[in-house]
Amino acid sequence: MLDDFLVRAALAGIGTAIAAGLLGCFVVWRRMAYFGDATAHAAVLGVAIALLFGTSITLGVGVVALAMAMLIHGLSGQGASVDTMLGVLAHGALALGLVAVTLIPGQRIDLDAYLFGDVLSVTRMDIAVIWGGGALVVATLWWHWSAMLTATLNPDLAYAAGINPRREQLVLTLLLAAVVAVAIKVVGALLITALLIIPAAAARNYASTPERMAFLSMGIGALSAIAGLRLAVIFDTSVGPMIICVAALIFALSAVGRGLRGIGT
Amino acid sequence: MSLIEAHHLEFGHGSQRVLQGVSLALEPGEIVTIVGPNGSGKSTLLRVLIGALKPQKGSVTRQEGLRIGYVPQKLHIDPTLPITVERFLNLPVAVGKNAALDALKTAGVAGVSSQQMSQLSGGQFQRVLLARAILGKPQVLMLDEPTQGLDQPGSAAFYRQIDAVRRDLGCAVLMVSHELHVVMSASDRVICLNGHICCEGTPEVVSAAPAYRELFGTGTGGALALYRHDHDHGHDHDHHHNEAAE
Repeated sequence: MLDDFLVRAALAGIGTAIAAGLLGCFVVWRRMAYFGDATAHAAVLGVAIALLFGTSITLGVGVVALAMAMLIHGLSGQGASVDTMLGVLAHGALALGLVAVTLIPGQRIDLDAYLFGDVLSVTRMDIAVIWGGGALVVATLWWHWSAMLTATLNPDLAYAAGINPRREQLVLTLLLAAVVAVAIKVVGALLITALLIIPAAAARNYASTPERMAFLSMGIGALSAIAGLRLAVIFDTSVGPMIICVAALIFALSAVGRGLRGIGT
Repeated sequence: MSLIEAHHLEFGHGSQRVLQGVSLALEPGEIVTIVGPNGSGKSTLLRVLIGALKPQKGSVTRQEGLRIGYVPQKLHIDPTLPITVERFLNLPVAVGKNAALDALKTAGVAGVSSQQMSQLSGGQFQRVLLARAILGKPQVLMLDEPTQGLDQPGSAAFYRQIDAVRRDLGCAVLMVSHELHVVMSASDRVICLNGHICCEGTPEVVSAAPAYRELFGTGTGGALALYRHDHDHGHDHDHHHNEAAE
């Protein structure tokens, strides 16, 4: 079954979308979208470094995304507004990565694969990495759920309950780097943030508790992955952007549906 | 033994000193109110006491395993985060439906448990925060300007609620407020803070202290009038309460 490249692509897409859908809820609740962007854009630099040293792309991306995430985590602890700093880091890392990739001697790189994903070429090994990384993300969030939710609501409430919100934020930061490393093959560096926030935003319209929003978000992510893959094959387009198009369409429908429901009551 | 003891706390941002040499101890069951003008370090002091901020100098000693119920100054819940009152009360520790309903009843908001937090009125929201704070059977209840945004009858009712809760639980209460006339009468002890402790003692002692009257004698005439009909202060804004406190 895994011999079929479409089955492999579907498995890779679903695994990534579930992990991103769950983590994406925290990205939305904590307004970390720009944080996600910076980490994801740094991934291109990771690709360049991995190619340069001949190591695995996932490793290179993971390490650089981690370094970027830790840097931002450190900056956000200074208390100052980091919005501009994030912008500089996000686009600086992206530009540096783009330049570095073209400077690597001896090979012509298909940059599109890293910017927009190349899920049709995933190997069994890729799927193992994606599902392993995804399982790690889901398990960690499950384990930390209450503490992380409390820290997200209010850091002082967390302190009063004996929870260190900085530690919870650090865990989120590490998970974000993991998701970036896992997702680059599927949707590419430029669209990872979209996979994080769009399913979560769509789920918000129909959820009354954080848990329901999380499950809905994972479901919407997986549905987008499957439908996006199918549509991409039918219309012969690239898969990553099509997955995001489907997610955006679901978001639009959910927003309209909510609006209509609001009028009806 | 005191529930919490703070010794010679120093805290500041950069060169700006927020707390200087603040020491205090909280005994079981007592109601202590911290009053002070805006920017006097009241909230900072409370946050140091719960461990959210590390003092640059000095120490905070909490009784081993001390249970703190904390009501923050304001709690902004991001509109993207859907959460019912019942779910909110079960964070971070799941307490179950009955305990949650009991706490809501004690806090005076029975019947809101299935509502979204975002749909509550200001008064309901503060009471839900109070309900959450008392769920863990705290030995000390800490409230940071809990009636901000409530009108006068609303805040008076809220303070009555706190008093009822305290009698129920027998816990100590440490609160920060600027509503002098309401809170002082209910306090065992008042601490007047302006970076350092200007004066402290029973409400009568503090309200008569020159340092206190220097801080609050001008500008809050209306509030003070309820307490003491005395409007003959000069408008002297040079703060030299260091000497005055002695």
